[in-house]
Amino acid sequence: MKDTSHSGPAVEAVDLHRRYGPTGPGGFDAVRGLDLTVRRGELFALLGTNGAGKTSTMELLEGLAAPTGGQVRVLGLDPHRERAAVRPRIGIMLQEGGFPGDLTVAETCRGWAGLTSGARPVGEALGLVGLGDRAGVRVKQLSGGERRRLDLAVALLGRPQVLFLDEPSTGLDPEARAAVWRLVRALREDGTTVLLTTHYLEEAEELADRLAIMHAGRIAATGTVSEVIAGRPARIVFELPERCGPYEAIGLPALPAAEIAAEGRRITVRTPQLQADLTELLGWAAHHGVALGGLEARSATLEEAFLAIAAEAAATPETIGSPR
Amino acid sequence: MTTPAATTATSAPSAPATTTTAGRLLALGRTEATLLLRNRTALFMAVAMPVVMMVSLKGILDQQAETTPNLDLHANLVNGVAGLILLFVVYYNLTTAYVARRGELVLKRLRTGEARDLEILAGTALPSVVLGLLECGLVGAVGAAKLDLPGPVNPLLMAAGVLLGTGLLIALAAATSSFTKSVETAGITTLPLLLLAQLGSGLLLPLETMPDGLATACRLLPTTPAFQLIRLGWFGTDGSGAPTDFLGSWLEALPHLGLGLIWLAAAVWAARRWFHWEPRR
Repeated sequence: MKDTSHSGPAVEAVDLHRRYGPTGPGGFDAVRGLDLTVRRGELFALLGTNGAGKTSTMELLEGLAAPTGGQVRVLGLDPHRERAAVRPRIGIMLQEGGFPGDLTVAETCRGWAGLTSGARPVGEALGLVGLGDRAGVRVKQLSGGERRRLDLAVALLGRPQVLFLDEPSTGLDPEARAAVWRLVRALREDGTTVLLTTHYLEEAEELADRLAIMHAGRIAATGTVSEVIAGRPARIVFELPERCGPYEAIGLPALPAAEIAAEGRRITVRTPQLQADLTELLGWAAHHGVALGGLEARSATLEEAFLAIAAEAAATPETIGSPR
Repeated sequence: MTTPAATTATSAPSAPATTTTAGRLLALGRTEATLLLRNRTALFMAVAMPVVMMVSLKGILDQQAETTPNLDLHANLVNGVAGLILLFVVYYNLTTAYVARRGELVLKRLRTGEARDLEILAGTALPSVVLGLLECGLVGAVGAAKLDLPGPVNPLLMAAGVLLGTGLLIALAAATSSFTKSVETAGITTLPLLLLAQLGSGLLLPLETMPDGLATACRLLPTTPAFQLIRLGWFGTDGSGAPTDFLGSWLEALPHLGLGLIWLAAAVWAARRWFHWEPRR
């Protein structure tokens, strides 16, 4: 029922480029050959370090700007050149509101309903985000979280098939964030495709079917959470007791697959085979009667994958200029 | 928060399936009108300024009439007030509106919706334009009755002048807003054009009271052709010659129409060149 005219992916970007300013050293490439596919009905999270180009990319996908190079398709159409056909079928929430402070919540929604094909009734849209009892309040008197929810209500007015959310939960308290998560999940169950950017890794882990980590204008890793963290080493951390002497002096077991780093008596082992290496290590400790302080062992997390990508990135010198 | 499924199942859509240009303009205009009514400063400028201007203009013209024997007092008064209304209600008011909406990121947010860029600009201008035209009509009607003025010689030319002036001032407001950082500084950035138009386009100082060379130069200013067309349409002369009839007024109007269109095109070009949708960082 959601859409019958096109059966391809909801959003597709191929070799996308976006450049600000002139050619040569005066300009800045915010997006540098980005490929991205968001399937129908999927909840996709776009992660990235600050300045990775998330918002620049979102603006291209939303059709707010034309790419310098490459191609974007939203529901099979060019969102910039065919925006008249695309806009009624998508909903957009920017990073920052954009509603006059002197209007009430209801007036804001009513004004937007006049700009939205097949708009929901204002009361329904406000009810969705839990602002039903704030309809008569001026926007400037709303809290930051309430403003964010008004923004979401406006994005949902036209019952969009594809919803673009740029940092939807930034500035929300934990309760409001949980409410937004519930709403976003419900929308997805209803068949809406959702593409969101976020700073919060747990948000992506919690919500996303698939995600992509952006760095320096490209996708550095993409897939489901387990796909993205697959191949990332697990970590064992512990502290050697004082009587062992310095790390170099003692005979730790050989762990050929692992990478071992010592910081004083604190040892960090990074390994692709957590169980085997942990067994080896614990056997050694038991044999020598060594108590491993603060022992911690865990599989790779999204946070580790993210930090590793950011670190690899920091080592690459091409991240110059000040992106938006 | 409720779930979207629960509500979509029970409620029928109350909005039209697709929006139209007219509908979108109306929605934007309605929002902007609400904001104008809530903004006391803007509302005072838009409603009270023309009255204040009219009274002071009457005083200025009475003085000038003493030194310039054949000055057509009434023609200059009506023409001057209409011009001042368009300047303050359309140009100044709209410049501040564009600056305010840009600063609040309203323009940027609007561009994510179905409204086209030109519709956003036009819809925002709607209340200022409607108010300005209403005031001009009111001043014209009251002025004609009170001053016992003759009916317009060529209403079409008057309409052309009003349209040309309105279009020009909307484009100039958009362009000026691009060089204005805040609503507070709009008083400064709009000042050059406001002064130039009031002093040089025959509003406060009738062109016929000026030395010939200066008058010719003033006729070339951006706002002069539109204002001269309004006067020409009503009285059959722009003050530089004897009154003409309906047919004759067209011939007199040609240079004003031509120059006015050139300035309109230049102003639209400037607006397109410099207008930006979000604050510069």
